Amino acid sequence: MTVNRRNFIKGAAGGGAALATAAVVSAPSPAQARSNLEMPPNAVGLLFDSTLCVGCKACVAGCKEANDLPVDVNTADALWDTPLDIGPKTYNVIKLYADGTADHKDQEQNGFAFIKKSCMHCVDPSCVSVCPVSAMTKDKQTGIVAYDADICIGCRYCVASCPFGVPQSEFDTPTPKIKKCEMCRHRQAEGKIPACAEVCPTGATIFGPLTAINEEIARRRAMKPGEANVFERRTLGSGDTHERPAAQYVDHVYGETEVGGTQFRHMAGVPFEKLGYPDLRQKSFASESEGIQHTLYKGMIAPALALAGLLWAAKRASHIEDEHPEE
Amino acid sequence: MARFHNEHEPLGGSILSKTTIICAILAFIAAVLLAKRMVLGLGSVTNLNNGYPWGIWIVYDVVIGTAFACGGYAMAVLTYILNKGEYHPLVRPALLASCFGYTLGGISIVFDLGRWWNAWHILVPGYMQPNSVMFEVALCVMAYILVLWVEFAPAILTKFGLTHLKKKLDRVLFIFIALGVLLPSMHQSSLGTLLVVMGYQIHELWQTPILPLLFLMSAITMGFSIVVFEALLGSAGFKRSIKHEMPQLAKLAGIIRAMMIAYLVIRFGDLIVRGAFGAIFGSGIKSVMFLIEIALFATPVVLFSNKDKRNSKKALWIGACALLLAGALYRLDAFLVAYQTGPGWSYFPSVQELMVTIGIIAAEILLYIVFVRKFPVFYTHKLTPAELAAAHTK
Repeated sequence: MTVNRRNFIKGAAGGGAALATAAVVSAPSPAQARSNLEMPPNAVGLLFDSTLCVGCKACVAGCKEANDLPVDVNTADALWDTPLDIGPKTYNVIKLYADGTADHKDQEQNGFAFIKKSCMHCVDPSCVSVCPVSAMTKDKQTGIVAYDADICIGCRYCVASCPFGVPQSEFDTPTPKIKKCEMCRHRQAEGKIPACAEVCPTGATIFGPLTAINEEIARRRAMKPGEANVFERRTLGSGDTHERPAAQYVDHVYGETEVGGTQFRHMAGVPFEKLGYPDLRQKSFASESEGIQHTLYKGMIAPALALAGLLWAAKRASHIEDEHPEE
Repeated sequence: MARFHNEHEPLGGSILSKTTIICAILAFIAAVLLAKRMVLGLGSVTNLNNGYPWGIWIVYDVVIGTAFACGGYAMAVLTYILNKGEYHPLVRPALLASCFGYTLGGISIVFDLGRWWNAWHILVPGYMQPNSVMFEVALCVMAYILVLWVEFAPAILTKFGLTHLKKKLDRVLFIFIALGVLLPSMHQSSLGTLLVVMGYQIHELWQTPILPLLFLMSAITMGFSIVVFEALLGSAGFKRSIKHEMPQLAKLAGIIRAMMIAYLVIRFGDLIVRGAFGAIFGSGIKSVMFLIEIALFATPVVLFSNKDKRNSKKALWIGACALLLAGALYRLDAFLVAYQTGPGWSYFPSVQELMVTIGIIAAEILLYIVFVRKFPVFYTHKLTPAELAAAHTK
């Protein structure tokens, strides 16, 4: 019995010490208030060109099929797949901007434009930074922001933190998962491209290496509005092309700088703030939050020093009390 | 710490009373609702949605609840770290409330986790993600719950006559006391840091890089306030004289006042530096909530400036309650009122969701009453404050 008690005390002390050690060992490697993360070397991405989109929503249907997603019913007759926004049943949606008479495509006043919403695959994603168990990860090569339900604990910090409101949780099941676009990584593993780009009839959504996407963006920005130009469908270098007059783009490619850049880039003829895109600064939110943590816990030096001081003070107080004999 | 701890005695008396029976019923209702949540999912009980993925189970049960449970932390700083032995009689009741506050907060996190069966992944080195503020909070809270029970263990060991074991624990207790100050300092500040990554989604009256400092300062002050609150409530509820404890409570009031002056100076200084001062007016409901918060924070500053008020039970009660409400509202505002997640989303807790939170509070009160009646928690005052102080300065 005595041995057991002794072991109990040792165990209790050891348990606490082990937890403290775990905190020390697992502490972030020294990195002061950090800057934004860099684009991964073999980053892949998507380009959405609002001026090419005709609003057919083939991408919405294609995505649902590729990702085995259920219908998202929002009408009284319950006969349509009518997602109102992205959510646990819908990874990408097409929305419509309309102003005044809505006569002219890609025009801010008395015009209309289509908008696509899905995961932006941030270069420095908040959802990855906040995930306590590495269920949300960013591929070091391709940069795809992926989710693993088998690791996820369901804390929903990713849902709360995403500046675009992308990852979303299920609430109507005892086994909820976080749902979001993963750039069809299961299709990419088979050598295919994301379904939304695959099915797009006008090349409004195209897939490719980010370097090629950047070149394509530069090419389109240099086009003269109204002049005939060739546009590719599905992916850059696909050879599947069509010709049409170039549109007048606004002087802003969404995703180039926002929160440190995203691998999903958007071009449009209407200012992005009109299209419901959040106006975001260049410094990523993840870098600010991690910067504070890394400053306070760099190498766990400050907490270790604090603990040493606290141990000394607590020991001093207990010494004084030890002088009183046990009753 | 032998002699001091032997100066505690159980209050005795029956644990059956109107209060304990009502608390037991409320706790039972919460248990039924939590069973429903386990079978049907979070949506069957809560109003949580993807615009407001965190509701009152996180904001009250964890963020506010653990701040209310900072009594043990605040008193440990004062008694053991700053070595003010005179506060010793207040330590154990505070520690007990902290044990229940943190333990039940920790348990309620599990019910809020969508995929709770994976919760152990936090402790798996391959899954650990130390950049995540949530990871640090989770690890610290888990460790601190263990530490709190070890700190409280002398009372339990005494009760069951395990003096041999208690003697051994006494020798290493200082380690747990040190951890019991370090861990809450880490996670109470990090509960504020949790919001930094949300960036523009938190209104500028609350979003600031010094959130960790503001959360830590208010948590410690809430800890001192809950000690005052519990001492006064305990004296009324258990018909127990606290005349021996009044001088220390008055000094705590002075500490609360000083901490809050510093807090308010830093809070307003930060608003001015960030250029957000103008947002105090003209931000609609957020302005109103901010001003109520500040008025509550300022109440003990004004009230406790008067020496007579610091020695008045009534004023102590009002000041402590105001500060506790202020700290709670600050957390509620920062996590929910200030959270602007885009058009179309709204959140207000459902009745069932509220009943779970109420049931958890009831369980805490129930367990506290049972423990102080059955275990040696309250101080008997056989030693005078002067003797206690003398022992510490020897």
